[in-house]
Amino acid sequence: MSNLTDLTISESLAKLRKKEISPVELATAYIEKMSENNKYNAYITQTTEQALEQAKASEKRYTDGTNRPLEGIALGIKDLFCTKNVRTTACSHIIDNFVPQYESTVTQNLLNDGALFLGKLNLDEFAMGGSNETSYFGPVVNPWSRETKLVAGGSSGGSAAAVAAKMCAAATGTDTGGSIRQPSAFCGVTGIKPTYGRCSRYGIIAFASSLDQAGPICKDVTDCALMLNSMAGYDAKDSTSSKVTVPDFTSFIGQDIKGLKVGIPEEYRSDGLNAEVSAYWDKAAEILKAQGAEIVHINLPHTKYALPTYYVIAPAEASSNLARYDGVRYGNRVSGNGLDELYINTRTEGFGKEVKRRILIGTYVLSAGYYDAYYLKAQKVRRLIKNDFDEAFKKCDVILTPTSPIEPFAIGDKKMLENPINMYLNDVFTVSVNLAGLPAMSLPIGLSKNGLPLGMQLIGKSFDEATIFKAGYQLERGANFVRM
Amino acid sequence: MAEYIIETEKGKWEVICGLEIHCQIISKSKIFSGASTEFGDDVNENVSFVDAGMPGMLPTLNMECVHQAVKTGLGLNAVINKYSEFSRKNYFYADLPQGYQITQFVHPIVGEGAIDIDLADGTTKTIRIERMHIEQDAGKSIHDIDPKKSFIDLNRAGVGLMEIVTKPDFRAPEEAGAFLRKLRSILRYLETCDGNMDEGSMRCDVNVSVRPYGSDELRTRCEMKNVNSVKFVMQAIESEAKRHVEVYENGGEICQETRQFDPTTLSTKVMRKKEFAHDYRYFPEPDLPPLILSDDFIAKIKNELVELPDAKKVRFVKDLGLTPYDAMVICENKEVAQFFEKAAAGRDGKKVANWLMGDFFAMLNKKNLDIKNSPVSAENLGKLVDLISKDVISGKIAKDVFEIMAETGENPEDIVEKKGLKQVTDTSAIEAIIDLVISQNPDNVASYKAGKVNLMGWFVGQVMKQSQGKANPAMVNKLLKDKLG
Amino acid sequence: MAVDNDTVRRIAFLARLKVEQDKLEETKEEFNKILAWVEELGEVNTDNVEPLVSVNNETLTLRQDEVLSGHISEEILANAPAKEYGYFVVPKVVE
Repeated sequence: MSNLTDLTISESLAKLRKKEISPVELATAYIEKMSENNKYNAYITQTTEQALEQAKASEKRYTDGTNRPLEGIALGIKDLFCTKNVRTTACSHIIDNFVPQYESTVTQNLLNDGALFLGKLNLDEFAMGGSNETSYFGPVVNPWSRETKLVAGGSSGGSAAAVAAKMCAAATGTDTGGSIRQPSAFCGVTGIKPTYGRCSRYGIIAFASSLDQAGPICKDVTDCALMLNSMAGYDAKDSTSSKVTVPDFTSFIGQDIKGLKVGIPEEYRSDGLNAEVSAYWDKAAEILKAQGAEIVHINLPHTKYALPTYYVIAPAEASSNLARYDGVRYGNRVSGNGLDELYINTRTEGFGKEVKRRILIGTYVLSAGYYDAYYLKAQKVRRLIKNDFDEAFKKCDVILTPTSPIEPFAIGDKKMLENPINMYLNDVFTVSVNLAGLPAMSLPIGLSKNGLPLGMQLIGKSFDEATIFKAGYQLERGANFVRM
Repeated sequence: MAEYIIETEKGKWEVICGLEIHCQIISKSKIFSGASTEFGDDVNENVSFVDAGMPGMLPTLNMECVHQAVKTGLGLNAVINKYSEFSRKNYFYADLPQGYQITQFVHPIVGEGAIDIDLADGTTKTIRIERMHIEQDAGKSIHDIDPKKSFIDLNRAGVGLMEIVTKPDFRAPEEAGAFLRKLRSILRYLETCDGNMDEGSMRCDVNVSVRPYGSDELRTRCEMKNVNSVKFVMQAIESEAKRHVEVYENGGEICQETRQFDPTTLSTKVMRKKEFAHDYRYFPEPDLPPLILSDDFIAKIKNELVELPDAKKVRFVKDLGLTPYDAMVICENKEVAQFFEKAAAGRDGKKVANWLMGDFFAMLNKKNLDIKNSPVSAENLGKLVDLISKDVISGKIAKDVFEIMAETGENPEDIVEKKGLKQVTDTSAIEAIIDLVISQNPDNVASYKAGKVNLMGWFVGQVMKQSQGKANPAMVNKLLKDKLG
Repeated sequence: MAVDNDTVRRIAFLARLKVEQDKLEETKEEFNKILAWVEELGEVNTDNVEPLVSVNNETLTLRQDEVLSGHISEEILANAPAKEYGYFVVPKVVE
């Protein structure tokens, strides 16, 4: 038998059901990969013993026929999802000793469907970053790196790298401004951020509540459908979770796309766009066209303002969401003379540089006298950005864009570090989607001349992941990307 | 009412005051979590992960709190906003677990309203309500267990509050007092808040400024936080207004600041200057979409609304013949009003009111009892009034009967029967006693007949005494007059 | 709207963060760079545009008034850096 860790979830499930392989064998293979690929720094907490126990239980279920949809599938969990009795840190020093006494809804859904968890995956501190370099536990190394260590992207860098390097069958991620899609693109894997409200945010450590959304990072489109089937659903514990019916996403896999209108937004093809990225974008359009889709040109006139809008709204919400990390009820406390000093010392020592930067910006834009000029203005522009998409979707069914304007860069890249805005600009193709609350998938389209993966993004209408899965599957077939 | 003016050698000043009242909502569970609102449980036992501000926890809105807020809004004759939003008010404090309070800012659930207050001189005044919103309470910090530490209990964190903000309509301490009593009465009628200021389930912030009498300028105001009784609120307004006057008359300026009222010294002291004022950085709560109320939802609550004190008062005056003052006193407390209605059913309301506000209240007071635990039931009080009206017993005997009722809780009819207290209305029986008294006191009879007519009272007394108080006094009077000529 | 050192200090205090004296200048410059960048939003005409509050136009679902949680003080206090007699403990708060 070829390497078990090469199998996708759908392939593994087929073999498990036919009892050609056992959950314990499968889990063991992943655990071996984890230790072999430890150098990528993808996992920050391993729960392999617990996973093997679960695998044994799964084995029994396959025997007695009570196996559930993801029975025995070994997953990695982004360390932003609270897992009961398993340390959950958001990769921040301020809560690097925090052990939740509760389980997030998304991980509970996966457990209920028979999945097992190999451990907790590295991310940018509180999901703030695009390169996984802000993690208190150090950067994740992109498994595609050769001589130079490259970033895995962020913030779900650990998730994307672990899937690429076969250290889990799939992983959970979260996406606030591109945190599932950009690392998926950088690591040559497939990830989907569903519509805002599809997955419950209960138990996911909040970054920017109006933008955060969970989703899977997988080996292929079909696995994304399987994972999202389990992760999504209305949850009374999250008032922003949606009651819109969750279809069986796997049912859209393999459906033809004849007559599907694929929109290409003019504004995304800026002068500075990398030629290779541009060429692959054309290629992706060609693939879809060859499958019977129709290419239409669309406009998203406020695209230029998406990043500044995002960098007002996200830090503002974050500054408030992160106020609870004060050293009083949990986390690391740094004492001081009196309560205010305790707060200041705890937070100054506990948070990393990027997190503090965003808290300061967020505090400023909400402060008296500036709220209207920044926050309120950004909320209004946010509506215009959403309106752009509403208009565009009158002309097309799905939008095709590159995921990232660049390929993975080196860890410690000077240009990115010297000016935070340079790093922020990498999110240019992904943030609009979060601002408009839309679903979007990134899938690998090919390799750059440097041998690094590049990703394409498919953006769907609100609650229309179905079309993304249809088009995504066809694009995947046409691109014929060879996984690591 | 008489105007409240602060008069000094240098001039006359007028007080401007507004109130902000936090009222704990009566509900089983907290406003944004499923933990109990029970008071007095063990430390941190009524705390959910949401209330403790644990990472990843999210608020969910309690329907009952919305229901109670709408009910209260209707009780304040206020506009119910079908669209409202929650906001975060950001500040750090040890008993504020999330680092922000979920409240309503730009779009509160209840808009403008008004209630009438009753003043001592019998006049009424309308106080306008600016708005009312709902929000979560903070936990409790306990500072007196250890000299170096504060202890945090989150049992109260997340209990629902209604914050009622009035317009600056108060011109005298008495008005603020009357308002708080009226508000408390309405809340208790509605059963949306128990209104107990001493237990902190109703807390009052007081804003005070003064201006030269007759002017319409608005001067800098100071806020006194958490004044916890009606009396203290009135005292706080009085002392703070005097302080402002003194400062102005000595050429000083009042700074906008938060002050604390000290009931032991009857004065206020500064808590927080404006330059240290919080910058709360309000913004819409992204964890809660806007709250939309349907017309049906509001209509249903309106239909279920109980009769409120003002309406009841009008009805008692009109239908039961009470004086406006009696009606006001009786209607202030819902239980009293209900007790009265039961006792007065089919009877002379005025007579029942007299008994209720006289002997009955005195008895409760003496026994230190709540009307709910009264040994005398409404039915029995009513029956007692019947016995008087039907001349079965005299008013004097009724007082004795009432005393027995207060001790034993017995039915007055049984008491009268058992003790043989029935009034004697039989003419021949009374005549027999009169004859006896006349025959025993010939001297007085002679004096009376000689013109000493004021001896009539003495004769009546003698007859009543002989009858052990049971003779009908009117009949005694008439028959005596006939016999003595 | 460029910020000065005092503003940086004030904002940092509001957020309960410390900016060391020697980092003040650098922080301020970075701050101003980001602010200048987001101020591009000023170019957009937003007259008569309603701010976006709920991205999916969801309205709030209300919860029944039931007690579903409680008596878990051990779990609530499990991660507390300082606790005594069932309370969270902080340095004395002077009112």
